[in-house]
Amino acid sequence: MKIDPDCRYRSTHEYARKDGSDYVVGISDHAQEALGDIVFVEAVEVGKIVAQGEAIGVIESVKAASDVYAPLSGKVAAVNDALQGDPSLVNKDPYGAGWLARITPSNASEWDGLLDAAAYEKEAGKE
Amino acid sequence: MAPFAGFDMPISYPTGAVEEHLICRRSVGLFDIDHMGQVEISGQGAAEYLSLLVSARVRDMHEGEARYSLLLDEAGFVLDDLFIYKLRDSWWVVVNASNHESDLAWMRGRAPRGVRIVDKSDDTYMIAVQGPRAIELLDSVAGGAASRLNRFSAAKVAIGGTRTLFGRTGYTGEDGGEIFFPASEALELWEFLLAQGAKLGIEVAPIGLAARDSLRFEAGMPLHGHELGPSINPIEAGFKWACDFAKDFIGRKALEAVVAAGPARRLVGLEVTGGVPREGCAVLTPEGARAGACVAGMYCPTVKKFAANAFVPPEYAKAGTALAVSIRDKPRDAVVVKRPLYVPAYRR
Repeated sequence: MKIDPDCRYRSTHEYARKDGSDYVVGISDHAQEALGDIVFVEAVEVGKIVAQGEAIGVIESVKAASDVYAPLSGKVAAVNDALQGDPSLVNKDPYGAGWLARITPSNASEWDGLLDAAAYEKEAGKE
Repeated sequence: MAPFAGFDMPISYPTGAVEEHLICRRSVGLFDIDHMGQVEISGQGAAEYLSLLVSARVRDMHEGEARYSLLLDEAGFVLDDLFIYKLRDSWWVVVNASNHESDLAWMRGRAPRGVRIVDKSDDTYMIAVQGPRAIELLDSVAGGAASRLNRFSAAKVAIGGTRTLFGRTGYTGEDGGEIFFPASEALELWEFLLAQGAKLGIEVAPIGLAARDSLRFEAGMPLHGHELGPSINPIEAGFKWACDFAKDFIGRKALEAVVAAGPARRLVGLEVTGGVPREGCAVLTPEGARAGACVAGMYCPTVKKFAANAFVPPEYAKAGTALAVSIRDKPRDAVVVKRPLYVPAYRR
């Protein structure tokens, strides 16, 4: 399991990484591995206001559909359109080309409540 | 891993389900399918008994022939689908794992005195070897016996040092075979076939349940509990060809009534855009009315499409008909397509 040390995580396996004033969000390497081959990604509309823990998309693997939850509250500034053409980017590069959305945060202090890399590694390792 | 009919089965191997599917289409897939049940039927009157028991014509089968059939109840519903192999002095019937016990009870409950019904499932291991290079691989370890057999036939063949019953049959749409042999030699034969592939430079990979499902789905083969089942009749599912109306069989009267009236619904293939259709998803008319439901649906790696099988009224069953499939409460565009999505090797 690869952990991006620059990210913070939710125990539901989403990550957030600071990028300027926004956060790039996606699912962890542990999550993509558990889901298996990803064949379809559906994201919410750009501009949508989401609360922390609210669904921002659905990832469909060969096996099943899984909701993806916002690690932070804010406005969806962008979604990764490349996933429409190649959803397997989430498998291949979850922290890079397989990102899901950019969120402009409305409550930056939520970042402090997320798991840091070491804490997430411990959490995910229990599964 | 996932529990399946009392067996722990891999959904996929580390290769991943999509790649496993593609390997089987381009080279050779190896399937550990010991969960399948095998029943041997023999004795005085066995042919007459089997002919009445199953939908397909079996009385004309010669030693070494294999045939697909259905096991129906009196109402014409499908209790199971079977592969029947005619051996010298008996019939070898392959049943689905999930129906194994109920099939045995049904068979025994209808067997006349003199007919022996023996459950061979525990002693018998079953491996399928499927793909465009499967026969080449098998020939190399069976003295060329695999290619000498016709499709849908079987023979006693030694593979490596293992005595097997080898059928040139399968469930992927590819050429290849299914091997029955003593369970005690399972690991040895499995590893031998993988090693032989490596030795000859033939790509061979183990295939999990997810790819087994997508392979059979693309090739238009049914999975009991989905396209066939205890509330589905073979006429609406498109399996009239597996019913021999020139003979008597359990369920025949009910099916004749269905044929006379015309089925109230039909199994269709749907190509869906904008989401992955799954079992249970509602099928909607363009006006938004419910027309039926998906019985299976998935991503199809060879044709690179999302597709479903669904039962709909006959007026919506024509290829090209525009429908919708409701996924997460939103209608997604769907169109009725000709099945199968991928033409099996034996039909090319």
